[in-house]
Amino acid sequence: MLNLGPHAVFIVAAYAVTFIAVAALMLFIIADDRHQRRLLAELERKGIRRRSAAAPATAPKQAARKRRA
Amino acid sequence: MKPALALLRRDISLAFREGGAIGTALGFYLMVVAITPLGLGPDLNLLSRIAPGILWVALLLAALLSADRIFHNDYEDGTLDVLATGPLPLPLVAAIKSLAHWITTGVPLALLAPVLGLLLNLPVETSPLLVLTMLVGTPAVSFIAAIGASLTLGLRRSGMLLALLVLPLYVPVLIFGVGSVSAAITGPASPWPPLLMLTAFSLASIVLAPLAAAAGLRNAMR
Amino acid sequence: MPSLANPTRFLDLVGRIVPWLALATAALFGVGLYLALYVAPPDYQQGETVRIMFIHVPAAWIAMFGYTLIAIASLGTLIWRHPLADVAAKTAVPIGATFTFIALVTGSLWGKPMWGTYWVWDARLTSVLVLFLLYLGLMALWQAIDEPGRAGRAAAILALVGAINVPIIKFSVDWWNTLHQPASVFRAGGSTIDPSLLTPLFVMAVAFTLLFVLLHLLAMRAEILRRRVRAMQQSQVEHATVAGA
Repeated sequence: MLNLGPHAVFIVAAYAVTFIAVAALMLFIIADDRHQRRLLAELERKGIRRRSAAAPATAPKQAARKRRA
Repeated sequence: MKPALALLRRDISLAFREGGAIGTALGFYLMVVAITPLGLGPDLNLLSRIAPGILWVALLLAALLSADRIFHNDYEDGTLDVLATGPLPLPLVAAIKSLAHWITTGVPLALLAPVLGLLLNLPVETSPLLVLTMLVGTPAVSFIAAIGASLTLGLRRSGMLLALLVLPLYVPVLIFGVGSVSAAITGPASPWPPLLMLTAFSLASIVLAPLAAAAGLRNAMR
Repeated sequence: MPSLANPTRFLDLVGRIVPWLALATAALFGVGLYLALYVAPPDYQQGETVRIMFIHVPAAWIAMFGYTLIAIASLGTLIWRHPLADVAAKTAVPIGATFTFIALVTGSLWGKPMWGTYWVWDARLTSVLVLFLLYLGLMALWQAIDEPGRAGRAAAILALVGAINVPIIKFSVDWWNTLHQPASVFRAGGSTIDPSLLTPLFVMAVAFTLLFVLLHLLAMRAEILRRRVRAMQQSQVEHATVAGA
């Protein structure tokens, strides 16, 4: 096993905090991503269309959306 | 030139007429400096060593307290829209309002500081330098505060939010302002190099901050 | 890049890249951690605690890299009006803030066995702390403004003002630190890092960077979808109102 010396608790704590922080961030982002995709699927199932989905997304449509944004 | 001066004069007289604003800032400054020794203990040696720091930090907080009124009143009653479409370019409007804030808040606070320094056992012979550093540094405080004011215009809790956004930007002002006075107190370093850095920072803020503040105003008024 | 300006094409790209990126990130972390914990020798001055450096230093780099990314994205919002710029900026903030937090905490945990205190006001840690405060300010501003267009532009202005200030703040903190430097100062890692420590450091740095990019792309996808959902919900309300009227 690793010998982390007399200050092992600090080394372990540092790696642990990092792991927890990264894991929390990852979980939060992935959960958010899944949540949005689920909401989107539900709305599309109900037949709600996005403005540009009604017609093929041509360049003028994109430009019009950009200008409005 | 005349519209610019007229705006400046108007803002200054409004600030004085508001009465409470300047008095509150000065009162807050006195309050913070007065209670700090109650928290730190009455050891005069300790107090005199940290007096420049306390005086500067309390000044930053007091100046920030009144910062959200830089644009707020004019935004509320529509004057800002008139100013934005008027003869003066918006960055100049922002600069004039920042200048008015400095004259009505920064300068009084700076002039009060040596009096409050007595409470903290600040060596009296450093008072002139203290006032000088504050007079040089407070323009940066006002002009940068205007950026925060423009970004938080009309928002809830804009006062606290403004302070949160702007305080990190004050780090150089604090470091060089306190550094100059501390150097004069403890020696042997000269107080002038940090004072020059502070001057440079203030001048840069006066020139650049109004551009950011104007962008913030345009954004808030869309 | 004009081809990425189309959100749909961007989402497509993200979907295709993410699995490979995740794999590469995991692999690099595997190698990096092995090097950091087993292969790297204990430092002559610091002993085993040098292993904290393999997290602390890359995290600090990512903190700065993240802020640089936000600054560039902010230019994209204000000057070029790139449609994805404010999405990039908004999503990078919490990720960058987390890595800054990691840098601060690991720096503190490194400091205790080394300098005897959990916090020391040396130039580097103080600068990272100020960077953390800048991140917090950006998060607060994004939260405070409801309208996303106004929020994006306000945050962009703040990010750029902060970016201009960062070198000045760094300079002033360095100057301040030389004033108050205690007699014997521990220079983290020594003035030159031993080559046997460089490889794990480099691998971990790349691993952290890939992790940032991975999380950022996922977060950008979620944000783009969130905006679409909101737009669709709004049109749903509009249709209902029209139908009911």
